[in-house]
Parts: sequence; structure tokens; C-alpha cells
Amino acid sequence: MAGDEKIRVLIAKPGLDGHDRGAKVVARALRDAGMEVIYTGIRQTPEMIAEAALQEDVDVIGLSILSGAHMELFPRVVKALRDRDINADEVLLFAGGIIPDADIEPLKKTGFQAIFGPGTSTQDVIKFVREWAATRPARAT
Amino acid sequence: MPTVEDLVERLFAGNRRALSRLLTLIENDTPEGRRALRLLYPRSGGAHTIGLTGSAGSGKSTLSGAIAREMRRRSRTLGIVAIDPTSPFSQGALLGDRIRMQDLTSDAEVFLRSMATRGNLGGLAPATAGVVTAMDAFGKDVVLVETVGAGQDEVEVAAMADTTVVVLTPGSGDDVQAMKAGIMEIADILVVNKCDLPNADLLARQLASIVDAAPGERKTPILKTAATQSDGIEALLDALDAHRTQIAESKAGDAHRRAQARHQVLALARQRLIDRLVARHTSDGRLDALVAQVARRELDPHSAADVLIADDDLPRMS
Repeated sequence: MAGDEKIRVLIAKPGLDGHDRGAKVVARALRDAGMEVIYTGIRQTPEMIAEAALQEDVDVIGLSILSGAHMELFPRVVKALRDRDINADEVLLFAGGIIPDADIEPLKKTGFQAIFGPGTSTQDVIKFVREWAATRPARAT
Repeated sequence: MPTVEDLVERLFAGNRRALSRLLTLIENDTPEGRRALRLLYPRSGGAHTIGLTGSAGSGKSTLSGAIAREMRRRSRTLGIVAIDPTSPFSQGALLGDRIRMQDLTSDAEVFLRSMATRGNLGGLAPATAGVVTAMDAFGKDVVLVETVGAGQDEVEVAAMADTTVVVLTPGSGDDVQAMKAGIMEIADILVVNKCDLPNADLLARQLASIVDAAPGERKTPILKTAATQSDGIEALLDALDAHRTQIAESKAGDAHRRAQARHQVLALARQRLIDRLVARHTSDGRLDALVAQVARRELDPHSAADVLIADDDLPRMS
């Protein structure tokens, strides 16, 4: 199977809320769409998420949060990634959960390419990831 | 854009991002990945490679975590390769082994990589050996490979690891199960995990009687662990060390390494031959024609296989 490229996705829950149903639904939907999904479990620090992204060499990182701490934690994830030489233009960063509309634009400025709120169809998430993967710049070897 | 040679240089300098990128190239079996392996292989061989196998739910991930923590306590650096199955329906995979090793993520001396089987049988992912080589060449003291939940016949891991640990749990079948060929015979160390459950001692005794009846000088050690409580892990590490010392110094160890090398070469050659055969006779339509004849019972499968390879120049050197 020479040259078999797979989309590798990290699904992680930063912060202290333990409600991981949404994260698991998305993880499963992406798996069923043929992707390799690494699920890290709940209560991850930004450093743990960035470290997992580094070790797993993922293409996509999806964060789920319901606690309201996203404006504090999400920029710290971006910084922890940058500290590890992973820049926001190399990976697709998206998030979901309870995120007020007013916070979406500021988060997009930090490097998040999409924020999916309650009621999003998993098909929309899959489509978004696939379209990004189809048009992404070739990766440095 | 860095070349694969640059990446390999950075790997040798201890750059973890370079290691991670190379693991992807190796896993995807790209030409760059193969070139990297040519450079990495001569620098590998220093690590103690340990394979951990056993049925689904026997506690392999938890045990891997416990072994890793004890290895770190003994100041050893560690690579972990955790394998989970690819769905045969969607070709996707959900890789969840990090969940049981979350605390190890913040330790820079532990590098954990999840892999999906991508259609491979035998308990490993197709590129597992290459991924282990890269972690070994990176300089890890120990590389631990945790197989997908295996049954009775998934013995591939023994063809790759210095030391193979088979994990069993109480209540998972009688001693006849354990005497069946395959997974028991590859064990260098047997572990009865979840030993806080009833009948753990019974299982250990049954295993001991099987080990005693087996031919050969070396009696496979049987250890009892309760990985969730880290019970028995120190003794397991001592047994791992003892096995490593033994194979490093013995003739049996040499024979084992040669058998492994032979297995790896033949497995790769087999795969390349079959890939070429399929590619060639898919494009010329011969494979489909033969398959149709067999399906209509005009030709038996053995004869069809003979025809498929008969006038082929595959065995010749290219």
C-alpha cells in the first residue's frame, strides 16, 4: 500500500468539564468517514494537547469545550503548539461546544478555522475537514 | 522544504518533531519513508524492544502505562507504539490508547505513537517494524509495542520484539485454551494480569503446569500483576531485564535475531511480489478473467493461481 495517506485527527477536551459526549460523537463520525482519530480523553491541559499533536503528527485538531473557559484555554493551545514548532497554518484547528457568537471572531484571529456550535450536523464537520485536506498546501517532508 | 536527509539528521540530533514526521512517512510507506529507513536502520539495534500482546480487554494499555512509569522510575527513555484496529467497513480508526497513559504525555522522554492496523492481520500495523526502527535509532532505551487485541493466532509481534510478553486474565477460558498453538508459544514472559480477581492463582498454576511440560531448557516465567494498582510491575521489569541479558549473551538470542530478520525480509518480499502481481494483472485484465472462471467453476482456485504466476518474470531480479 505505497503512498497510502490518511487524514489523522486529534480530538481533545481541554479544561475541567467532563462532558465528553459531543467529542465522542465527532470522533466516531470522523472515524466512520475513514479518518484515523486519536481521542485523548477529558481534562487535558493545553500542553498535553500540543504534545499529543506533536507525537501523533496529526493533520487536524478538534477541541471540545463546554465549561466557558475557551477564551482562556484555546489561545494557550495555539501557543503550546507554536512552542513545539507547529504553526496554525500547517494544521487545521477547529472547535465545538458552547461558545458564544461574540467569541467566534476573536478565536478565528488566533488560528481557529471553524467553530461548530450545538446542532451542527456531523456531516458538516466531515465536509469541512475533507475540503481542507483537499486544498491544503503540500507539507514539508 | 527540508529533505528526508535533513529530517534524519534532525532526528539523530534529538528533534522530536523530525521523528514524528518521519514516522508518518514510514507509516504511509512513501519513497521518502523507505529512504529514511535505509539511513536509520544501521543506527538501530540499541533499544530493548518489547512486544505486549493478549486478548482485547486483558489490560494491555493499562499494563503498558504501568511498565512505562516503572521504566521512567529506572531512568530509561521510552518509545511506545500502540496499535488499534482499522474498521474494515469505513477504513477509519479510533485510536484510544493515550487515554490510559495521559500522565506520560507531559514527560518529554516518553514518545507515544498510535497506529491503526490498516487492514493488516497478525496484531500489528504494516509499518510497525519501521516505526520501531525509527524510535530505536532516535535513541530510546526501550521501545514498547502494544498489539491490537489478539486472539490465538496473532503472532507477528514475536517476529519483531526482543522480548514478547503475553498477557492473560483469569476467567478467560480453561487451560486447554492456553495449550492451543500460537500465542502461548511466542511468550518469553507470561503475565497474569488483573490478579486481584478470583481464580488468578488457579490460572497461574495451570500455566505453570503447561510451562513445566514444555520442551526446552528455559522455563517461561509467569508473573502476576494488577496493572491498575501497579502491583507486580517491579518484578515484571526485573524479568524483562533478565530476558534481555539472556538473549544478548546466548546463542539462542543470535538464532532468534536471524529468524526475525528472515521473517521480515520474506514478509516484505511477499508483499512486494503480490503488489506487483496484482498491479500487472489488474491492468491487463488477466486477474479478473481468471477470477470469473473460478467463480463459474470452470477452473479450480489452485490452477488459477498457477496460471496467474506461470509465465511471469516476477522471480527474476529487477
